[in-house]
Amino acid sequence: MAITRIIVPRLILLLFVVLGVAVITFTISHLIPGDPARMIAGDRASAETLENVRRNLGLDRPVVEQFTIYIGNLLQGDLGTSLRTNRPVAADIRTFLPATLELGTVALFIAICLGVPLGVLSAVYKDGPIDQIARTVSVCGISMPVFWFGLILIYVFYAKFQILPGSGRLAMGIVAPERITGFLLIDSLLQGRFDAFRSALYHIILPGFVLAFANMGVITRQIRASMLDVLQEDYIRTARASGLRKGMIIFNYALRNALIPSITLLGLALGDLLYGAVLTETIFAWPGMGTYVVTSIQTLDFPAIMGFTIVASIGYVLINLLVDLAYMLADPQIREV
Amino acid sequence: MMTTGTAEPRGQALAINNLSLEFPTFSGAVKALDDVSISVGKAEIVGIVGESGCGKSVTTMAATGLLPKGRYRVTGGTVRLFGHSTLSMDDSQLQDLRGKVVSTIFQEPMNALNPTIRIGRQLTDVIMRHEEVGPADARRIARDILADMLIGEPERVMNLYPFELSGGMRQRVLIAMAFSCNPGLIIADEPTTALDVTVQAVILRLIQNRARRTGTAVIFISHNVAVVSQLCDRLYVMYAGRIVEHGATRTVLETPQHPYTQALLRCLPERVAPKQELEAIPGAVPNLLQPPSGCYFQPRCKEAVEQCRSQTPQLTGADGQQVACWRRGVAVELPEQGGRR
Ligand SMILES: Nc1ncnc2c1ncn2[C@@H]1O[C@H](COP(=O)(O)OP(=O)(O)O)[C@@H](O)[C@H]1O
Ligand code: SF4
Ligand SMILES: [Mg+2]
Repeated sequence: MAITRIIVPRLILLLFVVLGVAVITFTISHLIPGDPARMIAGDRASAETLENVRRNLGLDRPVVEQFTIYIGNLLQGDLGTSLRTNRPVAADIRTFLPATLELGTVALFIAICLGVPLGVLSAVYKDGPIDQIARTVSVCGISMPVFWFGLILIYVFYAKFQILPGSGRLAMGIVAPERITGFLLIDSLLQGRFDAFRSALYHIILPGFVLAFANMGVITRQIRASMLDVLQEDYIRTARASGLRKGMIIFNYALRNALIPSITLLGLALGDLLYGAVLTETIFAWPGMGTYVVTSIQTLDFPAIMGFTIVASIGYVLINLLVDLAYMLADPQIREV
Repeated sequence: MMTTGTAEPRGQALAINNLSLEFPTFSGAVKALDDVSISVGKAEIVGIVGESGCGKSVTTMAATGLLPKGRYRVTGGTVRLFGHSTLSMDDSQLQDLRGKVVSTIFQEPMNALNPTIRIGRQLTDVIMRHEEVGPADARRIARDILADMLIGEPERVMNLYPFELSGGMRQRVLIAMAFSCNPGLIIADEPTTALDVTVQAVILRLIQNRARRTGTAVIFISHNVAVVSQLCDRLYVMYAGRIVEHGATRTVLETPQHPYTQALLRCLPERVAPKQELEAIPGAVPNLLQPPSGCYFQPRCKEAVEQCRSQTPQLTGADGQQVACWRRGVAVELPEQGGRR
């Protein structure tokens, strides 16, 4: 089956990627100046206290031994203990990851729902007014720094007109729904908590849109380019020559093929989304992985940083797997062979 | 050849009258068609021949509204396709005609079918677009017509994607698609040029047979006279956007009167004695940005005289055979076996 042929190598690859990333992050964490024990114990701690902290963290053992222990724990899903929160890093990630995934999913949804139709219209009415607007919008999206755009939106919609909230996931005073998926929008609905749903929705609009905007530009541009290619193809001429309706030609006959080269780009966009999320979360005080990792970096919380890096790289490999599966769905030539 | 009113008095499938058309480009207007008149009767099979770039495709694509929007300009003439003035129709009106009244089969079958849609769906999409039938009936119609194109196991083929078929099979599918809604006219634009020689004859016969059986008019377009000569009732010879000779196939082949037609015929392998060198027409089709004055063939013509340089010859002659040449009929020096094939 084609599907196992695609999945199995990716899973094997995943193992190697995780190991490789672990080696790299571990090495870097030991090369970077800065003493985690000092960070924890504080500036005024005595030499004895420092020594104690070191021993507790296992920092007094030989580097190779530290690494073996780290990898061993890693394979059991133990990412170590955060120096800052004193909780297992894995638990921290479980707390913060859903917020990021929710933001990313909403952003991707917005980016695709706006970007694809805009790209299609832009190609079909090439050089017309719609095309001009779409091209301007996508250039803006691609070239406008996330933090700048974010701050503008916060200024306009929150500070100036107070239409939408500018920070956090829920309004003050609203109790978060019980955690099921960790996605507030879903959990609140599952529990019939419409007040929480409303609040969560309002809160995700601005950061979701900011994060979507850059990717929307990329998607629009890609869809436009591949639609222009496809519309030149002989099979589109055949469809026109046999009288199929315009809508059918554009969406069933052209877009279907234009999506295939766009899938890779969508995978890349997902990667960008992860990166953009870090910035967006910081601006909107969104309690997700971005905020978590930025704080961890500021406090030299190595276990947390390493944990984040490993989760992010697993994310990248999984995205690539998704891309391959999407290819298979879209292109019969890959699926059927 | 009066075609006033909506009724077609002589039962014409297609009547192109004095059509002139150009493509505006940065370096000037490409005068692709100059005063082209072509008529195709109902159930008639007509050929258009001429070297590549002579305007054969542009002629028929203009008539069916398939030229790229806004990139060309009709500078004169009329087109009537079963009574419809296609030149003044909008896109959605044309879409109603295409596939139903007129179908086109193009040259390159490799990429003419959608790579991500199964053959069956591509056929039924067209059938359901034009006929009042449901999916089951559409599939049945598609199956029957594929079988008629000598495709074994049509049910299986309908479940395949284009990349799983050979070029010849794809072209059969495209022909089936063209015939699927019983159009009155089929335009076969170099339908076999990209195919293996052994497949060519079979494919052409498929088109011809079905057209004869169903009373469908056909325009065969080819740069190769040999390909169309045995299929067509009448022939048009095109050169540089003009019709230079037309008449009954037999007449044109046996007594070609235009030096260009004669040159085309001399290029045929069948016309050349075994040991003799195959002749190509020296020179090239003129640049239509700046066509020569007078007769467009004059720079390549062995028979040219002074008058050819300054004055454009018009089509003249009895309806049986019309020729645009100041020295029509000179030097029909074809080898012996010519014409009797
Ligand atoms: N879109 C276009 N823009 C400019 N010139 C064109 C265009 N389409 C066709 N032509 C020109 O029109 C002439 C006739 O082309 P065509 O009808 O395709 O020739 P053929 O007889 O080989 O079918 C050629 O000189 C070609 O360059
Ligand atoms: S008009 Fe003159 S140049 Fe043209 S084909 Fe006839 S003889 Fe040749
Ligand atoms: Mg052509």
